[in-house]
Amino acid sequence: MSTGHASADAEAAARLLAFGMRPKLVPGRDVVYADLVRRYGEDSAFKQLTHSVAAGLGLLVLEVNAQAGAVLAATDESIFEIKMDSYARQSKIRERRDTEKVLHGLIHLATAALGYPRPDDLANDTYIGRVSVEQVDGVVREACRILDERAAANTDPLADAPELEQAWRAYARRPAAAATKDGRLAPDTTRGMVTRALRFLAEQGFLVPVSSEQGGTYRTTPRYQVQVRELAADAAFDELLALGVVSVPGEGSTLRASATDTL
Amino acid sequence: MRADETTADPDEGLARRLKALACTAPLHDLDARKSKLDWADATVYQMAEIGLHTIDQVTIAMDFDTGADHHQVTRRLLPFIAAQAPDRTTDEHTRVARWVLDNLINVGTTDRGFRRVYGAVDADGRYRRRAFDFKLLVELAAPDGEVYLRATDEAINVLVGALDTDVESAHIAAEVKLENLITRGRLADAKLAAEQARYRTVQYGEILRAKLDATRRDVRSVDWERELPELLDSALTHIESRFRAETAILKNITAARDEAEDPDHKRRAAELVDIVADCIRRHTQLQNRLQAAGAVFRAEQDRQQFSGPAQRAAVDVFGQLLTPTLDLPLADALAPVEAYFRAGTGTTVPSVPSLPSLVSLLLRPAPEREHVVGEVPDPELQPAEDTDAFTDEQWRQADALLDLPEVPRRLSGLLEEARSADPAVARLVALRAVHAYGPEVGGALRQSQGSVLLAVDDGTELDDPEIGGADLLLMAAVVDGDPAGEDPGTGETGTEADGPAGDGEDQAGSGGAEREPALFDDTEAIDDTGAIEEAAL
Repeated sequence: MSTGHASADAEAAARLLAFGMRPKLVPGRDVVYADLVRRYGEDSAFKQLTHSVAAGLGLLVLEVNAQAGAVLAATDESIFEIKMDSYARQSKIRERRDTEKVLHGLIHLATAALGYPRPDDLANDTYIGRVSVEQVDGVVREACRILDERAAANTDPLADAPELEQAWRAYARRPAAAATKDGRLAPDTTRGMVTRALRFLAEQGFLVPVSSEQGGTYRTTPRYQVQVRELAADAAFDELLALGVVSVPGEGSTLRASATDTL
Repeated sequence: MRADETTADPDEGLARRLKALACTAPLHDLDARKSKLDWADATVYQMAEIGLHTIDQVTIAMDFDTGADHHQVTRRLLPFIAAQAPDRTTDEHTRVARWVLDNLINVGTTDRGFRRVYGAVDADGRYRRRAFDFKLLVELAAPDGEVYLRATDEAINVLVGALDTDVESAHIAAEVKLENLITRGRLADAKLAAEQARYRTVQYGEILRAKLDATRRDVRSVDWERELPELLDSALTHIESRFRAETAILKNITAARDEAEDPDHKRRAAELVDIVADCIRRHTQLQNRLQAAGAVFRAEQDRQQFSGPAQRAAVDVFGQLLTPTLDLPLADALAPVEAYFRAGTGTTVPSVPSLPSLVSLLLRPAPEREHVVGEVPDPELQPAEDTDAFTDEQWRQADALLDLPEVPRRLSGLLEEARSADPAVARLVALRAVHAYGPEVGGALRQSQGSVLLAVDDGTELDDPEIGGADLLLMAAVVDGDPAGEDPGTGETGTEADGPAGDGEDQAGSGGAEREPALFDDTEAIDDTGAIEEAAL
């Protein structure tokens, strides 16, 4: 292999990654992008090279296909990483900051849960989900209500240990909406936070706005499906597994049963 | 379900009473704090009464979809408040109404609710302090984006006074009581009982609404084989019996209304008729909802159940991620949600500023940050302790040096003279000389300054240990407000375009002075901005 050929390949691989960093761009709308995606699928040496370039940059190639384009994820401490600290509202009190972060994280989880209500939907490449601000808030509140019903007789949180309070209580206590002086949605209400999360995901190319009904309705993109399925869900699952609060289901049927039980 | 728990835990009753007591605390609190209000002498108002009345108004306005908005509630409260203090202004009444309403919502706290700490002995026999969180009025967003108010179960319980009782039996009891009262002709009590019956109806509707919402959201959230059909059945039976009972009562009171001779009795009976009619209307609404539930279920089942088998194993986001995380203590929940967020939000591209985009970024109007990051708090600014780099005395000395009405002077000479007095004055003189290189003649004209300092570069290098650049010729030019008047400074034009001291500004001083002063006023600034904007594009 000549050096000239190799550097042209490296450029092409880097360009594919550059396309992947523009999340709203899809191969269907760009001939060069589509060509690179096709080449990635056919040429295993090119595929390997793309992975190497990505690894050097601190990126992980989750998937490259014609629908989603190049779906990338940042590895730990990469400059491409989005930190939760920069997303969540800054608060001086540490406990409050953690609560804010948990609430934001729950909302992102709920968005994925609503976008892909069943494991099938997450696995099915052609599935397109719909989410709205009202529904996301509703899903979490409904889950909170079920947990509240299931809770034992007296599980009011201990007054002197706020960090031991369960997450659902913090969410349920937060108002859904609050009137502000100028009639806009207050940002520290749950609906305000959901609105922000959905807008943010739309910016990241994971959702596409459909209408302004129900506080803002969006549909999911293939890119979002890949991101949740290939990385995010597993990442959260591993953490929960480490905490010992979920068990790995053996068969698909177990998954289904647990879903019926909880959902 | 709850009844079993009560018998299992002997302390449950105590805890329940403590909680019930806590619900009334915000009302007492209103009266305790009214004397501290600084905008009015509010001691004349009975705040707890107004509070209860507020909850009444919100409860009455509650329907299946919407409640009352802030303005409606405030408006309805006004006659009641005005009755307490007729000699005060309407503005003050409105303010009292808003104050009570805001306090019942508890505006100003993040959660907009109340928290009371109470103690209870747990299963191990240890005394633990627990926090009871509750709300009286909550704000919810309607589909059209409007925020409206709703009374919580706690509030309805406080209001009705029947704390922690079974909804259905209390309902029946209230009606039996009403019938009793009517037959005895005690209509004042009857009205109270009828109102209580209506609150019970509303409360019952709320419970059913929550169940139906859950069904609508996800078919699997409810057991449609047994649990929900049973619930719908019992609800329908309930409505049927209430409907019958209330129609009977309506008939009786209507008769009482028509037959009563005492006008006061007649009026009260008429009120009662309204209340019971409203109860019946609410039942009808509830029944419509119940009937629609079946259709919702079938449509959702079609959508959700008839799809192919799972293609590959995937995580059930709701059941395996969201619900377990919600159930974790806040401290533990942080790790999973952070892991999810980091992995689930994609990548960000670090921004690299380029000059054109930086310029357009700086010229862009301030973004409405509230839409994105939330309310921006107004920073409390403290005045800087010392903003002036130079003292007044140094300015005075520099002024004296730069007062050059007739003969231009070289910067080098001025610097030397200034440095002999104070090195700082030399720096000030140098800065003012550079500033004078592109003087704002237009600004000086607008501010009616008598003269403006002009600097001209004739190519001579400045020989100075501290400051480098061109040895400028400095002179004070008289500003003449007359458009036809020639600026004395124009006599010394003929400088190079790129003087070493030039700070990017065009030589507005020399070139501009030849133009008519009227042209100066604003066009200069606009031209500059326009040019930069063009460059940015």
